[in-house]
Amino acid sequence: MALTLKHLFAVIMLSGAFSLVSAMLFVAMDAVDVAFTEAAVGAGVSTVLMLATMALTVRVQKETKRTILFPLVVVCLVGVLLIYGTLDMPNFGAFDSPAQLHLGSTYLSITYKDMGIPNVVTGILASYRGYDTLGETVVVLTAGLGVILLLSGLKGRKDKE
Amino acid sequence: MDINLNFIYGHLPYWLFIILMLSGLFIVVSRGNLIKKIVGLNIFQTSVFMFYISIGKMKGGTAPILLDKSADNSAVIYSNPLPHVLILTAIVVGIATTALGLALIIKIREEYDTVEEDDIQKMDQKDLKKYNKKNVLETNS
Repeated sequence: MALTLKHLFAVIMLSGAFSLVSAMLFVAMDAVDVAFTEAAVGAGVSTVLMLATMALTVRVQKETKRTILFPLVVVCLVGVLLIYGTLDMPNFGAFDSPAQLHLGSTYLSITYKDMGIPNVVTGILASYRGYDTLGETVVVLTAGLGVILLLSGLKGRKDKE
Repeated sequence: MDINLNFIYGHLPYWLFIILMLSGLFIVVSRGNLIKKIVGLNIFQTSVFMFYISIGKMKGGTAPILLDKSADNSAVIYSNPLPHVLILTAIVVGIATTALGLALIIKIREEYDTVEEDDIQKMDQKDLKKYNKKNVLETNS
């Protein structure tokens, strides 16, 4: 849909709906924390940011005479390689997959003793991986500074003209 | 490795996520509009998240929020919490990069008065030609 639509408003709204549906998929796969982050950030904040960008730039996409042959070849090549890579993987939802056998169960048993938080994901995110979360906030701060620096020149230039 | 119905059924989720990821990649590569490219990048990113979460899923499992706090929780099956933690971080970093990309688009539109990649390349080539001609004239004189 996003391929053929010319009106960017429709494209952005569809991308928001896609985020919401993917949040439901995360709930189905037991990742409730991820689901509400995706619903808030992916469907909410990112849609608002894209709409703001659209309001500041253009609303309709121009016709292009681009060839789709080269992108199609690239995409097919990547797809074949990735599907070849999944052939060695364990089945979806398997109990004996390498991902399940090692650290996951350890964290499930020690998190409540260490932290007293029943939500294991929160416990790991805030305590065991606290430095990583700190680094994440640094990334967000840097991105925010970058956005401010990029957009701070906008108004001044318009005033000059 | 033998390919039977069980194998195909167990790997179908992965393949669907890969197809979704490829559609995002296709939008990024084939569309010239920069806002559409960001949308494609978001689709790409979300499908990678789905793939990661699907690795942590256990059949018959539930969300990793402890039901019985006193006992050891061996009676209940919980899905693996580690991919969830990783993806939570990735979602937040993803929105940061999206915001930066959109700010860049606004800046590009201010400089070039367009958000189509083809037009931007055309203008760049024209500028380059002009610059080269000027340089040739200066060295001759």
